[in-house]
Amino acid sequence: MAAEKRGFVSVDVAECKGCGLCVEACPVECLELEAGLNAYGVHPAHYTGAGCTGCGICFYDCPEPGAIEVMKIREAVHAPAHQG
Amino acid sequence: MLSKSDVFYDRYERKAELQHQTHYCPGCGHGIAHKLLAEAIHDLGAKDSTIFVSPVGCSVFAYYYFDVGNVQAAHGRTPAVATALKRSCPGSLVIGYQGDGDLAAIGTAEILHAANRGEAISIFFVNNAIYGMTGGQMAPTTLVGQTSTTTPWGRRPANEGYPIHVAELLATLEAPAYIERVSLHDGKNIMKARKAIRKALDIQRAGAGFTFVEILSPCPTIWKMTPVEAQRWVEEKLLPVFPLGILRDRRPAIAADGGPPRKPMAEVLGLTRDAAGAIPASGAGAAVQPVTVKVAGFGGQGVLLLGQMLAEIGLREGMEVSWLPSYGPEMRSGSAHCHVCIAGERIGSPLISNPDVLIAMNELSLRKFAPHVRAGGLILYNQDALPAGFDAAAARVVCVPASRIADDLGAARAANAVLLGALQAETATFGAEVALSVLVAAIRNPSLHELNRKAFQAGRSFAAERTAAA
Repeated sequence: MAAEKRGFVSVDVAECKGCGLCVEACPVECLELEAGLNAYGVHPAHYTGAGCTGCGICFYDCPEPGAIEVMKIREAVHAPAHQG
Repeated sequence: MLSKSDVFYDRYERKAELQHQTHYCPGCGHGIAHKLLAEAIHDLGAKDSTIFVSPVGCSVFAYYYFDVGNVQAAHGRTPAVATALKRSCPGSLVIGYQGDGDLAAIGTAEILHAANRGEAISIFFVNNAIYGMTGGQMAPTTLVGQTSTTTPWGRRPANEGYPIHVAELLATLEAPAYIERVSLHDGKNIMKARKAIRKALDIQRAGAGFTFVEILSPCPTIWKMTPVEAQRWVEEKLLPVFPLGILRDRRPAIAADGGPPRKPMAEVLGLTRDAAGAIPASGAGAAVQPVTVKVAGFGGQGVLLLGQMLAEIGLREGMEVSWLPSYGPEMRSGSAHCHVCIAGERIGSPLISNPDVLIAMNELSLRKFAPHVRAGGLILYNQDALPAGFDAAAARVVCVPASRIADDLGAARAANAVLLGALQAETATFGAEVALSVLVAAIRNPSLHELNRKAFQAGRSFAAERTAAA
């Protein structure tokens, strides 16, 4: 799947406050709240591991400056026109 | 790659723990607004030229987060502080950040006048329709019917009036260049807010005038909602009352005369500079030495005036000076003190913790401030002798019975002139001639000039005799 190669999102479990806005905002529903708790006692968000398009909506929706990082993968194997 | 902007500090040095998280509640809009601002500052390449004015309220700690110049303003005073910063540092990007209690309640006048002057600053107004930090009292922007701790039955126009529409209010003024209201309730609107924030900063940078972005923001904790519910509430309840959009986007024509002439302070005061650009000393005696003085006593003893005179002496001799008064509401017979710096270079802070000289007009002031006089400093104490059990080990203490000498001359109010004379003779940090001319200029009533001259000379004589006797 081309979509799986377009982006990657990582959530810093220690910084996530578990508000869930990223889960709500993600258009491809590739984020979810963990069942377990982090050090602050909230359910942190995490990437399900598939489907991220690198759109960055979760990054901008997240109120914590350093909790989410989104990578756009430039080498789109099946769609070179999307490069950059 | 989208990640934490370098305009944020790596660590927030605010507590032993929690140095990597903001203090905002989960789902709070401040964090999103901060992120958008940081990104815009980075992309403008303005990290080193930005001055951020943090307000009072939830976002008071913004200075822990933004790695730019930071000033924290008192409640509501952000536009005034930002005005001063912009005018003194015209090349900088000055950003004010205020909540609705700060901007629309206590700071209403400030924002109106800053906008009306067309100050080239950018104000970001975070509107969440409630007082967040203090636990949810009604704000000027609270909706009709909305409950808060101070409107437990809902806001009623008959009792509390209607919500204030700040963006619309400011858009009635001539001067503002750009006013927009945006919202943080979903991804699409966050991107619009991102654009508006950049635009406001761009316009400020172009020097076009006052820019203002109102940001509708969720407050899940105080609204007692989940973060997701709070975003929906912004969309469903706030948007109909505070419609989004650009209310002003134009470059106002600024009158060609450009304001009053700007002259160096020395020129305004009639001090001429020599060929090297320095202001030559005016007095015939020795030039003034750098010194820090604290004058303390009861209100009415001429404490503040004595400090002013010292500063004036320094000023006339071309020194850098500052005079910082501190007095309570009890202007008469309350405690008062002032800090005076006379320096050879620009003064960083007018506050003096460890003065070179303490002039104590009464025992209370002596006991309070004497321990802080720097070692080897001088204390002038307005009495015949030190109080029992007093020991100022580190400083030299001279008892000058200034009030008694002034009484003998006919007016207790001239005690400060006696002390000025004593200080002149004891330290010779400034000349007697310039001190006398300042003294005469400071006393408005001409019938008191002779008395004050005598008092000043009496103070000098007392110190001189004392030295001779020792």
